[in-house]
Amino acid sequence: MTNDDIALRIREIIADRLGRSIEEVVETARFVDDLGADSLDQTEVVMALEEEFNVQVDDDATSIVTVGDAIEYIKKKLNAG
Amino acid sequence: MREPVVVTGMGVVTPLGNTVETFWEGLLAGRSGVRQVPWADERFTTRIAALCEDVTPEGVDPRELRRQSRCIQFALEAANQGWKQAGLDISRENPTRCGVYIGSGIGGIEEICDNTLKLHEQGPRRVSPFLFPKGLSNMPSAVVAIHLGLRGPSRSVVTACSTGAQSIVSAAEALWLGRADVMLAGGTEAAVIDLGLAGFGAIRALSTRNDEPERASRPFDADRDGFVLGEGAGVLVLETLSHARARNAEILAVLAGVGETTDAYHVVAPRPDGSGCAEAMRLALEDAGVAPDAVGYVNAHGTSTKLNDAAECLAMRSVFGHHEPWVSSTKSMIGHLMGAAGGVESVACVRSLRTGVLHENKNYEKPDPECPARIVAGGPKEVKIDFALSNSLGFGGHNVSLLFARHG
Repeated sequence: MTNDDIALRIREIIADRLGRSIEEVVETARFVDDLGADSLDQTEVVMALEEEFNVQVDDDATSIVTVGDAIEYIKKKLNAG
Repeated sequence: MREPVVVTGMGVVTPLGNTVETFWEGLLAGRSGVRQVPWADERFTTRIAALCEDVTPEGVDPRELRRQSRCIQFALEAANQGWKQAGLDISRENPTRCGVYIGSGIGGIEEICDNTLKLHEQGPRRVSPFLFPKGLSNMPSAVVAIHLGLRGPSRSVVTACSTGAQSIVSAAEALWLGRADVMLAGGTEAAVIDLGLAGFGAIRALSTRNDEPERASRPFDADRDGFVLGEGAGVLVLETLSHARARNAEILAVLAGVGETTDAYHVVAPRPDGSGCAEAMRLALEDAGVAPDAVGYVNAHGTSTKLNDAAECLAMRSVFGHHEPWVSSTKSMIGHLMGAAGGVESVACVRSLRTGVLHENKNYEKPDPECPARIVAGGPKEVKIDFALSNSLGFGGHNVSLLFARHG
């Protein structure tokens, strides 16, 4: 998977879980303020990403605010693995 | 004297259609909603059920839909219909005087099953944060309250197959006690999944007439062999008469009286003499101050099990003597909607009172000496009635009878 593939797949998963179109899920979009996610949605998105990429997201991953943050976080985890 | 409680709106989701109109037309046409269940293979002794199609509550975006179990979606759709028909506008109401009591016998069983599998197969970190928001039985009431902005009393009564009727009793009480002006009340159920078919099958309560789905639900017929699982929702909008009049609402019927008893006998079998059911009907009549011979129609619980139908007929005989009202069971066409049955069947009663037409008891072909009753058979019947009783008897022995009166 290239970096672009990973980013696209993450955006697809977020779009699906939050009931948004892929066009809305841009890297600068914020989960809460722009995409209307609440804490339950965020947990579900994290679980879906963990499952898709076979990584574990730390419970204190509070740095993830935007879609871009999530993409960077997953990429870093994949590279570390 | 307590303030009369009236019905000003109704909504349904049923295997015959997802509007009151299509549901009623289906009942008058004698249509059956029972089908073979595509995923139920030979291992299931019962492979038939009555399922709803194309249910998407209006005005709910895809994100919200993902957060709602099937029984929540049904409840929301039925509640929206009722609210709309009643012509209510929350901005014109005191929201804390508007409430919702919609129960579910089982709740979001699908969500609970899915997550149990995830827990065992993938571990605790894969259990969904929506397990409880979707799974809990109170969530249909909660989600309806959120959507419509109802900030008065809300609860979800659970008494198995009398849940819907019991919720209507509870809502009427809230109105009679002066705690609310408007109450949405009824039941919702979506338990036609593998665990549901297997579990009710294990009780040996389900029909196994797998090759003739449309003939499987045959309440009071001598060849009945069990009930058919159904799904859906039925919701009434109840209001105090003064509140309905003040806003010039159309009054569809009056909830004249309610009766409830408990068998205190067995977890799934009714008292064979039907005395629990009989007493619930008597109490509903006394509550309204109406004599038994004024009742023109009983929408029976009529599940199509050997035990229920015989006991219920004994109960009706003991209440009405030889002044027998007409009797039919909506379950003959839509199966047993369990927690939603009382809600949906109340809608049928209100339609009968308004139109002077009783829907038939489908599949009543061979009278059973153990079920002496004046059954509406072979098609709908035109009879002008003033009072209709709706019986709901739940596993556990929870008996509820609702008496509806024609308005005007």
